[in-house]
Amino acid sequence: MTLAQIIANLPALVVAIPLLLAPVAALLPFAGLTWALAVVGTGGALFCAVMLMGATAGGKSFSYALGSWPPPWGIEFVVDPVSAFTVLVMAALAFIATLFARTALLAEIAEADTGKAYSAWLLACGGLSGLVMTGDAFNLFVFLEISALSSVILIALGAGKDRRALIAGYNYLVIGAVGATFYVIGVGFIYAVTGSLNMADLAERIPQVPQTTVVMVGFGFMMAGLLVKAAIFPVHVWLPAAYAFAPSAVSALLAAIATKASLYVIARVMFGMFAGVPDLAGFAAEFILVPLALAGIFLGTILAIYENDIKKLLAFSSVAQIGYIALGFGLASTAGLAAGFIHIGNHALIKGGLFLAVGCYAVALGSRVNLGSMAGLGRRMPITTTAFLVCGLSLIGLPLTAGFISKLYLVRALLEADMIAVLLLVMASSALSVVYLWKIVEVLWQKADGEAAVTEQPALYLPLWIVAIANIWFGIAPAPLVDGAQRAAMYLAGGL
Amino acid sequence: MTVLVENWNYLVVICLMMGGLFIVISQNNLVKKLVGLAIFQTSVFLFYISVGKIAGGTAPILKETGDLLYSNPLPHVLILTAIVVGVATTALGLALVLRINAGFGSIEDDEVLAMKAEDGEVRGRRGDDTGDQA
Repeated sequence: MTLAQIIANLPALVVAIPLLLAPVAALLPFAGLTWALAVVGTGGALFCAVMLMGATAGGKSFSYALGSWPPPWGIEFVVDPVSAFTVLVMAALAFIATLFARTALLAEIAEADTGKAYSAWLLACGGLSGLVMTGDAFNLFVFLEISALSSVILIALGAGKDRRALIAGYNYLVIGAVGATFYVIGVGFIYAVTGSLNMADLAERIPQVPQTTVVMVGFGFMMAGLLVKAAIFPVHVWLPAAYAFAPSAVSALLAAIATKASLYVIARVMFGMFAGVPDLAGFAAEFILVPLALAGIFLGTILAIYENDIKKLLAFSSVAQIGYIALGFGLASTAGLAAGFIHIGNHALIKGGLFLAVGCYAVALGSRVNLGSMAGLGRRMPITTTAFLVCGLSLIGLPLTAGFISKLYLVRALLEADMIAVLLLVMASSALSVVYLWKIVEVLWQKADGEAAVTEQPALYLPLWIVAIANIWFGIAPAPLVDGAQRAAMYLAGGL
Repeated sequence: MTVLVENWNYLVVICLMMGGLFIVISQNNLVKKLVGLAIFQTSVFLFYISVGKIAGGTAPILKETGDLLYSNPLPHVLILTAIVVGVATTALGLALVLRINAGFGSIEDDEVLAMKAEDGEVRGRRGDDTGDQA
């Protein structure tokens, strides 16, 4: 294969590299070797994602026909500013989580299982990228299930440390399968009245359909299923246990990229596929997405304040942060969409970083990390704790951190939409998030302890620091991320 | 009424769908939940195939003679994929139930949940993980 051919096939390769390496990883004998393969897989995907981002500079978009079957008959991968941005964010965080996984995963699961674990890991990465790249409504369901089943395996691997991981995995499997099936029912309704599965083709055909009730029902089923997958309140119930009991490296991977792909799909379906029926999408945004997002922001924040287990606390905080992204999308304006996409990138950095730090603590302590066992860790593990603090401040949205940029653009979008009441609620919830972060910081730094220093392993804290520095970098020079998100929003809002 | 009789296949779909979903939500036994899930997914297969069916239509194979009235083959292909996904989901679910049974000694949701809560208390207080290696 020549270089030109490779470049022409990049849209497929970003998904195919991890997917093809997954079965190989399951067969390789040594833990180090399978890890190297996972690095190659996620690194290759990251390289493709960077190239795709470059190819869409200036708002260009192109389509890739899988197997050379032209759309709308064949399955199409869509490369546009929206998918390129999302897939780049996800590939970057997946790569860093893989670097971290080498030591962290071995500390928490049996060595004999690592091959299978990295196999599921690569499947999850490939499945989630596929979710973003595909331009076919049914193909999306297949990627939804590939990523869900492999995530379940990864979550259940936490059982070596805590048997509750099995229940968390089972619940995610059942709830996720019901959600995905709802999505398929919706696609069935839409297919019945349009006769097409290609998203771009559907966007043209849906407005011409005389049976508007069927379109409405189909849209409702699809959205219901996707809300479950994105863990938007009140269908977020699978998320806290799943993130809390999964192995630390898996928590970091899933928290950084898993729900982001589903949120992207929600935006794509609402403002891409159903762009031709703005009343329907507008209604769903204003009366479903915005209220649910606000409820999720408050419920997640309040549950986090009362939670003792750090991973569960961060998971509840994720429910709140997903709310901010959904709120941006719910505004259904270019500014709102841009705010949502900016926070997709920043929240991946913030929550990825926090879960990586908690992973460092978990490996050092050899047990679950809760407020009790964290006492005095600030002095015993200064390198990790400083990075934790940086990501934590970014979560609150302190100036000079990435989180501040997210809040800034969300506030601007809310002001533009004249939603002052919602703006005040967002401010209040931000203030509340200080409470749970302070609770952790207090324990980390203020309690005295008589225990010896813990050795901090560079293999663990270097990936963490890459993310922590990115949090500051995108707080001081947010232009690359903000530009990418705004191009994505403008492209998607073209139909608004 | 005639609408309902003529579309009896869709009635079956609705009954299976609601029944399956009800089992998933209401049953306490983890295996029964998976059975409910399988019924729920099967109803969707039936729905797709009903949509593609044309009365009197045959398989879409080209013949020399005249026009052919054929059913849409695409939903069948889609459902083949969905069946594979359903099998994988059920298999993974049952494997997890086996592990849950080995770890907790029960597959009744309420009993497992009770033990899970106990776990949380005990581990939370001690702050370690010296429990069973399920």
